[in-house]
Amino acid sequence: MSMISIRSLTKTFGTVIAVDNACIEIRANEFFAVLGPSGCGKTTLLRMLAGFEIPTHGQILIDNHDVSEMPPNLRPVNMVFQSYAVFPHMTVLDNVRYGLKVTGVAAKEARQRAEETLEMVQLSGFGSRKPEQLSGGQRQRVALARALVKRPKVLLLDEPMSALDAKLREQMQLELARLQEDVGITFVIVTHDQDEALSMADRIAVMNDGKVEQIATPEELYESPASRFVADFIGKVNLLDGHVVGAGTNTVTVDVAHLGQVSIPHQGHASGTVSLAVRPEKIRMDSHKPDSALRMNGRIVDWAYYGDSSHIFVQPEDGPRMSVTIQNETRTTIENADRGDHVWLSWQPGDTLILDR
Amino acid sequence: MRLMIRRFWKRSDPLDYANRLWMKLFIGTVFILLYAPVILMMIFSFNDSRRNIVWRGFTTKYYEKAWNNDGLIDAFVNSLTIAAFNTVLATLFGAMIGLLLWRFRFPFKSAYDGFMALPIVIPEICMGVAMLAFFSRIGWPSDLPWPLNLSSIMIAHIAFSFPFVAIVVRARMAGFNRELEEAARDLGASQWQTFRDVIFPYMRPGLIAGALLAFTLSLDDFVVTFFTSGPETVTFPVKVYSMVRFSVTPEVNAASTVLVLITLVAATFMLRFQRPQEAGGP
Repeated sequence: MSMISIRSLTKTFGTVIAVDNACIEIRANEFFAVLGPSGCGKTTLLRMLAGFEIPTHGQILIDNHDVSEMPPNLRPVNMVFQSYAVFPHMTVLDNVRYGLKVTGVAAKEARQRAEETLEMVQLSGFGSRKPEQLSGGQRQRVALARALVKRPKVLLLDEPMSALDAKLREQMQLELARLQEDVGITFVIVTHDQDEALSMADRIAVMNDGKVEQIATPEELYESPASRFVADFIGKVNLLDGHVVGAGTNTVTVDVAHLGQVSIPHQGHASGTVSLAVRPEKIRMDSHKPDSALRMNGRIVDWAYYGDSSHIFVQPEDGPRMSVTIQNETRTTIENADRGDHVWLSWQPGDTLILDR
Repeated sequence: MRLMIRRFWKRSDPLDYANRLWMKLFIGTVFILLYAPVILMMIFSFNDSRRNIVWRGFTTKYYEKAWNNDGLIDAFVNSLTIAAFNTVLATLFGAMIGLLLWRFRFPFKSAYDGFMALPIVIPEICMGVAMLAFFSRIGWPSDLPWPLNLSSIMIAHIAFSFPFVAIVVRARMAGFNRELEEAARDLGASQWQTFRDVIFPYMRPGLIAGALLAFTLSLDDFVVTFFTSGPETVTFPVKVYSMVRFSVTPEVNAASTVLVLITLVAATFMLRFQRPQEAGGP
């Protein structure tokens, strides 16, 4: 059963279409991420869920109630804002119990619930502090506690990690995932950071230019992207242009300029000009000619070293530059390759995707 | 000693000008020119001399004299009454307009914005003449019982002081993080609750500064008041002016000293309330 039902939702600002006919079903207790580049309409979508924007067309159902035009204070959803929006003139405890106070929860119960929630986000003992005495990470926990204490049906998170440094971000990602399992609330997170979405979410909706491109699990999005945009936006990808010359049962034969005719396993329809897509880490790099139909040779032109892995750029004789990720499995892995070296690249047909151009 | 010499000869950066000798002298001169007259005025309020030109010994009798001068006390009470009304009403109107200009977009907003601020740029003398012409043209009654007979002065004061409040409040609100307001709404607060619990606390330092401004503008206004006051409605500055026309006795100094002290106390009082400044946003 769906907790949130977004039906043909459209929002326009003047002539700009921020969200274009979005249809998303979000299940109860799901950790759902909306991922996309900035300006893709994901924040507008979240603000419509919270009630800060009224949809131009379409409906939002939360727990089977139409909330499309319900004011934000009456919705069973709470939000963690990008700036955290912790009330600066209130103590941490007052911040957390504010949402209970204004809705008429008895003072004693409100205090108890607020303290329990502060404990849950590991801030017990901070109740009497002012927000200015807290670090960014602690302020985020206050914002989280303030929303969770209301026991909402849905928790909305707007780019919650963008103001944190890398180490803290990773820690908060794990903690947020743990918290979601503990409280059993539907989480909807908006982010432009693919790592964040991939590591935390059960399912992800990728948005581009107001449209929902694909809704899938992280694995599906990465291994079977539905479009060139999704393949390119999530992770890195090498794209080779070609055209379909024949199709068998579950395979398609594609003529690619630098590879010749190759057969790729593919479900469904494909015709005309297509792109072959292959992830950098699926490519093998060898110094001798490999035994594979999908192979090309070229020179190493550049690389980026990331410690655990290296990203190597290989320029074939003709055709687009290929990127290859290799794991630095031994301390000398990177020393065995150098700029200008001739290498062979190869990969398996099963790791290749066919995408419409 | 070596350290002092080194410091004296140390080359300073261009923006480090406050450490230069000439700048220190300049700052000192400015302070003397600013405060010496006020301090002299206070000292000479204790001068035992009618003509008050040379120091002839210490006395407090002119404070007594000022206290027993019914006309002066009446004028003082009038001034405080007008200032009190003006502070409340100008702050209220100014805050409402400040909020309006901060928050809403409406047709002809920039024109409205400009007209609203006109009383700040119009020369005070023109404002005074305009007020005089206006009140006599519409036949505003001048023979009402106290304090209603002060109404024309109050209206004039509110008219020229509320834009100052509006500007201060609007400037304060410009730094407001709108997500705070949305957070309150999201947590279940109605629009009024959001205003009371989140917007108003943020606005408060601006309100206090605006109110202080309105109070002092009204208390020491001479020009506009001179044109709108009648024989029955003399304010403190107008009264002091008429006293000075005869002679500058220490009585005037004494009365002025009391006014300076009242203003100082009010300012310190309000600044104390303003001190717990908080930062908005993350």
